[in-house]
Amino acid sequence: MQKRLNRISAIIQKETIQILRDWPTLAMVLLMPVLEMFLFAYAVSMTVDHIPTAVADMSKDVQSRAFVDALTASGYFDVEMYVADEAAVIRNIDEGQTRVGIVIPPDFATRIERGDAQALVILDGSDSTTVSAGYSAASAVAQSMAMKLTVEKMNRMGAVGMLSGGSLNGASSLPIYTSTRVLYNPAKDDMTFIVPGLTAILLQVMTIGQAAVAVVRERELGVAEQILVTPARPIELLIGKMAPNLALTVIDLLIIVLLGIFWFDVPFMGSPWLFAWLSLLFIVSGLGLGLLISTIVKTQKQAQQLTMLFMMLCMLLTGLIYPRGPMPAGVRAAGALIPATYFIRIARGIITKGVGLSFMWQDVLILVIYSVVVIGLSVRAFRKRLD
Amino acid sequence: MNENVTIFTRDLVKRFKTKSGAVTAVDGVTLQVRRGETYGLIGPDGAGKTTTTRVILGLLERSGGESRILGYDSMRDTYAIRERVGYIAQQFALPADLTVMENMRFFANIQSVSRKDQRERIPELLEFAGLSAFTKRLAGRLSGGMKKKLALACSLVHEPDVVMLDEPTLGVDPVSRREFWGMLGDLRTEKGLTIFFCTPYMDEAERCNWVGLMYEGQLIAHDSPETIKQMVPGRLLEFTPSNFVPAWRLVPDLEGVLEVQTYGVMLHVFVDDVGKRRREIETALAAQGITCEGMREIEPRMEEAFISLIRKQRREE
Repeated sequence: MQKRLNRISAIIQKETIQILRDWPTLAMVLLMPVLEMFLFAYAVSMTVDHIPTAVADMSKDVQSRAFVDALTASGYFDVEMYVADEAAVIRNIDEGQTRVGIVIPPDFATRIERGDAQALVILDGSDSTTVSAGYSAASAVAQSMAMKLTVEKMNRMGAVGMLSGGSLNGASSLPIYTSTRVLYNPAKDDMTFIVPGLTAILLQVMTIGQAAVAVVRERELGVAEQILVTPARPIELLIGKMAPNLALTVIDLLIIVLLGIFWFDVPFMGSPWLFAWLSLLFIVSGLGLGLLISTIVKTQKQAQQLTMLFMMLCMLLTGLIYPRGPMPAGVRAAGALIPATYFIRIARGIITKGVGLSFMWQDVLILVIYSVVVIGLSVRAFRKRLD
Repeated sequence: MNENVTIFTRDLVKRFKTKSGAVTAVDGVTLQVRRGETYGLIGPDGAGKTTTTRVILGLLERSGGESRILGYDSMRDTYAIRERVGYIAQQFALPADLTVMENMRFFANIQSVSRKDQRERIPELLEFAGLSAFTKRLAGRLSGGMKKKLALACSLVHEPDVVMLDEPTLGVDPVSRREFWGMLGDLRTEKGLTIFFCTPYMDEAERCNWVGLMYEGQLIAHDSPETIKQMVPGRLLEFTPSNFVPAWRLVPDLEGVLEVQTYGVMLHVFVDDVGKRRREIETALAAQGITCEGMREIEPRMEEAFISLIRKQRREE
């Protein structure tokens, strides 16, 4: 037993020295979360508003002007220019000067009287975020103006100039008021949504990358054989390699969470201790997955490429930005293989909602099983022989 | 098994599965290394030396036969072996981002060498390896020869009874090579260390008590270097012909010539009778207008013996 502890501590010491000595990597590991947080906070805004808009007002009366004012007042549309007709609107979108065009037909005012007024909203379909934001904003405005609105989406990518969209029934005679109350994130602040998810993604990518590279580097340099021939058992090598990386990832975790709370004012609603323990579980599952990856890749370059690929999959499939609900079954299943998928829900549950274990026990259970399986598999892969 | 036998194999077989079928890298090797002996496993690249060493150490799965070190079975008692044997792998590398001292400490700690022993042993080994002045230098910044010496020092830090060195002087300059062998010689005489090493360099075989010649997975000869050198047929003549290619074509067909090997611009000719054949060769070549410079009889070295034995092996197959 004493010898076992000696061996583990020898490996931990060695790995720690190596991590501290490789300061460019260390700096990257510690600065990446900070960089990503600031990027998401200040550079990448997920709210689409102030869309540059061209208006072809062929009615030119009080009613049509009121409609345009309402659109502008919504904050979603910035009227950049007034043009003559529909063709000019499309030309503008083609040239990229505006992203949305509003066409108000000449009989707009008279038809409002009759209750079946229509306006045409032309959207630049090459930007799907703008389409969905513009579509919903325009219909909301139109609805409140109690009129019927035809929305046509324009698919600028294909040869077809215009696609006929659905027409919205404004229900002018029966105005329905819906009232919405947003729970947990009343200000709909992006950072409150992003920070828990980003925590999960960053920890995921770092644990996998670190674990994979730590193993592959030695194999690539031929150090592995020299260490394999020592009496260190596979499990001891595994623990010795994981421990310093675990510590490093915990530091990362602290950086992200503290930055989120104190810089971005993200409220931490739940129990910090529960969050700490479950984070540890998640980090272990990530390191295990990294070790598993290290058994299939041959070089550091491959390990890094695979980590990059994994990072992209994490961004897309885990529910960080895009909700997992509408994904096709196959894609959703692929996302279910990534531990971050579960931890994002856990992190949002604890940080944003402030709920306890009883609300997320399924995700926790899956992570526990996941960790046991990947660690189990990687211990098997860490063998006492070369073949 | 004899108390004095340190490394032992019998009919050792190692097969690798490849895409194109099974390859037998080690094909029935039987060898014994006695305590305190220096054993050289000599052979060309790809002969199976490294594979044999790795199987004996339990680094590779054994496909057949027996192998033991200090009585411990390679497969069953792998960790007992790893606590008692020092090993330098061929493509060895010590962690390059650790200093000389940190490397020594790492291998000492992982072998559970006590602090007290470390304090005595590490400076002693570093002194012995001529690395005392470089304790704070990163292993990656050492010269090739110094790296090998550090590797040797690290592999000795737990005071093993046996060291197994796989081509320890590969890529090392002649001076460092000589120093390295000097170190090993001292270890053998002072501590009675058993040394097993693989090398493709025939001159290093001269440093052994016992040599195993390995070729295509088999041990084609194993004996003392003196005996192996005497295994070649006849006596050896060396000369430089004035016109190399015609001479090299002509000489093997002459009577009494057993074997011809090339050696740079010289020919090495094994003959049954030196005095008689020397004149005959000179006459035959002179008839073709070729003169022979520096014709003399030399002692066969390991290199000639080895080439001769491999040719014999090929003829038999």
